Amino acid sequence: MRIVLAEDLFLLREGLVRLLTAHGFEIAAAVDTGPALLDALIEHRPDIALVDVRLPPTFTDEGLRAAIEARSRIPGLPVLVLSQYVEQLYARELLADGSGGVGYLLKDRVFDSRQFIDCVRRVAAGGSAMDPDVVVKLLAGNASDAPLGRLTAREREVLGLVAEGRSNAAIAGRLGVSEKVVTKHTSNVFTKLDLVPSDDDNRRVLAVLAYLNS
Amino acid sequence: MFPERSQDRLMPAGTKRFRTEEARMTTPAPPKLWQPPLRGLALAAQKVPQLALFVLMVISLVYLGLGVGVLLLPLVVAAVRKLANRSRRLAHVWSGVRIAQPYRELPPREPGFFGRWRRCRQLLSDPATWRDMLWTIADPVVGTVLALMPAALLVYGLEGLVFPFVWDDLVSAGYDDHYAGLIHVHGETGLRTWLMPLVGMVFIGLGLWAGPKLVTAHGRFTRTLLGPRSSAELAARVGHLTRTRGAVVDSQAAELRRIERDLHDGAQARLVAMGMNLDAVEQLLDSNPEAARALLMETRDSSSKALSELRDLVRGIHPPVLSDRGLGDAVRALALDSPLPVDVVVDLPGRLDAPVESAAYFAVSELLTNVAKHAKAGRVWIDIRHDRDALRISMTDDGVGGAAASAGTGLRGIESRIAAFDGILAVNSPQGGPTMATMEIPCALFSPKTSSS
Repeated sequence: MRIVLAEDLFLLREGLVRLLTAHGFEIAAAVDTGPALLDALIEHRPDIALVDVRLPPTFTDEGLRAAIEARSRIPGLPVLVLSQYVEQLYARELLADGSGGVGYLLKDRVFDSRQFIDCVRRVAAGGSAMDPDVVVKLLAGNASDAPLGRLTAREREVLGLVAEGRSNAAIAGRLGVSEKVVTKHTSNVFTKLDLVPSDDDNRRVLAVLAYLNS
Repeated sequence: MFPERSQDRLMPAGTKRFRTEEARMTTPAPPKLWQPPLRGLALAAQKVPQLALFVLMVISLVYLGLGVGVLLLPLVVAAVRKLANRSRRLAHVWSGVRIAQPYRELPPREPGFFGRWRRCRQLLSDPATWRDMLWTIADPVVGTVLALMPAALLVYGLEGLVFPFVWDDLVSAGYDDHYAGLIHVHGETGLRTWLMPLVGMVFIGLGLWAGPKLVTAHGRFTRTLLGPRSSAELAARVGHLTRTRGAVVDSQAAELRRIERDLHDGAQARLVAMGMNLDAVEQLLDSNPEAARALLMETRDSSSKALSELRDLVRGIHPPVLSDRGLGDAVRALALDSPLPVDVVVDLPGRLDAPVESAAYFAVSELLTNVAKHAKAGRVWIDIRHDRDALRISMTDDGVGGAAASAGTGLRGIESRIAAFDGILAVNSPQGGPTMATMEIPCALFSPKTSSS
């Protein structure tokens, strides 16, 4: 699997390259500015782009804008955005085109390499990976939403994990219950929120995120 | 009794204080044809209470030696200031003449008779009080003429229009001499009688033409009497700058202390603990790999917590989204994070100075927190625009109202934060709601940076 990586801090960039190579990924290019990222994405057409939000030359949201721009030029290009902080606003912008293959994680998530690599693979396969912090904010931002209020605590927990982009199997493992129980919870959640149920994990995540984002 | 609520608080010259409904007022539109005469009449009508207040001022000054004057004077001065402020406002709204308030800021009121005596001395030592008094007597004399002129010209013109139709009746009633300018009408209806409507139309035209000019002249005259003199203006400005600078320095020092403490107790302490843990891991690596692994996990958690603390700290100093995107998107991000539904409308075709951006952001953040905590609101509307060289932000909620700058430290804090930029905050929050907070910060808007990607 080929990766284009954009990170301006040398130590972090090298660390990520080492981590990813160790897990069998191929680094097509590792760049450190927004414009270089856009060029590299268009040239290499990687399986996934790993992008830091803040990049030179402006040191603002250069990376995020380059990633969104690249996705409009190469539709469906999987992008995993890493940042020192997460903003709901940015998550919405990344999700705005309604297609999958989007991830938005705090940089700390790299600490848990197994989960991080899992996220990379999921996004590359067209799934999504939303940081738990984003999901918590999304849920809190919808506190006054009546259908959400009807969910039980467990269903909310499941909804949060679905929004993070996890499959039923992963949720079952995380909660220590059987997959069947999780399936029951998710179908309850979908009924209560009046969403069209879907067996396809990716479409299911997109439906939930779209609901929370509306 | 004395106006010390935030809405009416006496402000030094150089700061503009406005009522909420005027916050969005654009430069006054040119008056409609019929407006100046009516406005003139309204202005003239005000001279009556003005004169009455002059008399009351004289009375309270004469009786100052006796207790009565001490009790009366603050009330009369307050009434004079209220009326004078009305005139200042009307001069702005009707003639576009801005008149700053020249009053010195008053210390808090002290109780008892002695406190009232002190208040009298404070009021009388303010030159603005004496200039106001001069206004209560001089304006009725000169201002009345200016104010009544437009309506008088129209009335005189209308009289000319109806003249031919009533002249015969007047003559038969024994009144047969009429002078209109150079024209003398005498006796039976004739050519000269029929000239009167023409003369009348000239006067009507004159009245309509001169009306706006006369109202403006009245506004200018009001400014010469009620506007601050330049030395007073400078003195007030210096006072204002000294005060706001003090507040800025204080709050910055407090902010730095808070950051230092947060770093010391938070991230710094965690890094020390992590270093110690790693050392322990090194010792344990061979003898007890299981324990070493547990310690490593703990260290990783520690580093996560340190990062999250640093993130919160950074957000409190200067939120990244503010430097990334500017005020508009930063407020949108705030709105998304708020537990309340917040509608944000932004009209900012560019970026503001970073310090202004930051002050405005934290002011909005504080206001939004207040609403979420106290207002029991179901919805919030935020409007941000740059208009006439000032950033204007208004926040409205449909909550229970009753917010007052004097009640909590929150609104005070916002006021002093934006006062450093000559910004002002007006809060209109009747019991039962709705609440509308308006901020105005004079500042420039810079054209957007061109994206380099």
